[in-house]
Amino acid sequence: MEFQINTKAKKLVYALIGLGLILTIIGVATGMGDHHFKTRLLTNGLINGFFFFALGLGALFFLALQYATETGWYASVKRVIEAVAGFLPYGMGFFGIVLLAITLMDGAHIYLWMDSEIVKHDEIIQGKSAYLNPAFFWIRTIVYFATYFIFLRGFKRRSLLEDQEGGTTLHFTNYKKGALFLVFFAVFSSTSAWDWLMSIDVHWFSTLFGWYTFAGMWCSTMVVLVITTLYLKKLGHLEKVNESHIHDLGKWTFATSFLWSYLWFSQFMLIWYANIGEEVTYYQMRIENFKVLYFSMFVINFAFPMLLLMSRDAKRHAGILTTVGLIILAGHWLDVYIMVSAGSLGANAKLGFLEVGMALLLAGSFIFIILNNLTKAPLTPVNHPFLDESIHHEI
Amino acid sequence: MSDKVIYVMYDDDGALKDGAKKLVSKGVKINEVFSPFPIHGIDPIIGVKNTRLGIMAFVYGLTGTTLATIGMRYFMVVDWPMNIGGKPNFSYLENMLAFIPITFEFTVLCAAHGMAITYLLRNKTLPGIPAQNPDPRTTDDKFVMEIRMSENHSVSEEELDGLLKDTGYIELDKKEVK
Repeated sequence: MEFQINTKAKKLVYALIGLGLILTIIGVATGMGDHHFKTRLLTNGLINGFFFFALGLGALFFLALQYATETGWYASVKRVIEAVAGFLPYGMGFFGIVLLAITLMDGAHIYLWMDSEIVKHDEIIQGKSAYLNPAFFWIRTIVYFATYFIFLRGFKRRSLLEDQEGGTTLHFTNYKKGALFLVFFAVFSSTSAWDWLMSIDVHWFSTLFGWYTFAGMWCSTMVVLVITTLYLKKLGHLEKVNESHIHDLGKWTFATSFLWSYLWFSQFMLIWYANIGEEVTYYQMRIENFKVLYFSMFVINFAFPMLLLMSRDAKRHAGILTTVGLIILAGHWLDVYIMVSAGSLGANAKLGFLEVGMALLLAGSFIFIILNNLTKAPLTPVNHPFLDESIHHEI
Repeated sequence: MSDKVIYVMYDDDGALKDGAKKLVSKGVKINEVFSPFPIHGIDPIIGVKNTRLGIMAFVYGLTGTTLATIGMRYFMVVDWPMNIGGKPNFSYLENMLAFIPITFEFTVLCAAHGMAITYLLRNKTLPGIPAQNPDPRTTDDKFVMEIRMSENHSVSEEELDGLLKDTGYIELDKKEVK
């Protein structure tokens, strides 16, 4: 209510969406003749659909984590987290449409296990078909979406109700619901990563994959939260947020970058060391077709935050946080890009107008929806039981 | 040179912090604070400089990294090339990945131990060294502020007593030291 999208932000968002749309159209027009085009288009849909959906989901997870741990410091940035989590229904919509299109096209060479012709001649996929089949895939996807949506709606409703009623009853409900969400999320974060991303490389599997995807998602979400908070702060909102809150969000970005790097390395080193034919193909495909991108992506997501965000002052500096954050965000988008397209397109993957255009289009819509969400509720919760602690947060 | 030291005891860290703020704003220099746990935000009030322990941690960590690299290269490549799981280690660089976990562990080991030992040495709290806190109760539930008269020439003792009275201490102790 207090926050209004100013004309400058509106213009920027429209410019981003417009530019994305133009580039996408150019990409579609120039790529149309290619016989990989359908796969390429849907691959792009899957990359961006998942990436932006995951940003919203990461925020929902982070919110639930704060509820379950009864954290105090975050109270004054809570509405920012809620606004980012509020993207989830839109993200689910776009992502769901992409998944539906892929299913209707028998996997579109992305999910090979959806194509009954291929499954007929492939013993390895046959062995997995009890789990990987379109019907069960959709049951799972709908269960994930429904669970996330129900929890999000509950958190949002209670958060706004708390502003009016106060007291601790709602707080304890949130505490229980947050813990319950984490139980669901612990399972779903892994299985949904298998379903949506790992099954693209259908012959390959890794038990680490779920955490790896989750860590990337968490890190990207923290970047979005930091940048949104800094943006609001710059406009003079969120007067209760001090340097220590920014520092804490910066620490989360720093820490989750390491979590991601740690899991990336663990997965890579174990497979490299064991050198088993079935397992190394995953990395061989990536090194053959994406060598520079793949390793520079790792350097961006690991070395950048490590070197630039290590010092205390850097984590309190808006300029450094925003710059490094945007680079990490691009790095994690690249991570998802390689995760999806190395399996679906392989050597035919390109990083052209279509890829960049669609990413910009989705990014523009994402920013617009978040800004719009921010206008819908007071930026500081009034009756949060830990608000006082948050205001006096000092580290 | 003889000196007069004033020990002011509080039973609440908030009271000590507010008191310290008031005293410092009147130009009193507080030499040291003793407390059973770290008091958040007391450092800038009494003017404690930022610790350089972080820099030392980096140096110790770097030492660990270097030692681990030199050691493993010698053990596994130079002295007796080891063939583990079909990966012959003729080159350290090409098998870097296998050495990273140990490099990491040794870096952390050196950094942690180096920091702990430096901390104990710097604070003179190695085992066997007599305790420096003025009152054993500061390791339990009391908080003590130490003010040295030799560092406070701008305020007289009477003025200081008056100032201290307003801060709500529970005990005041004055000692002559040589």
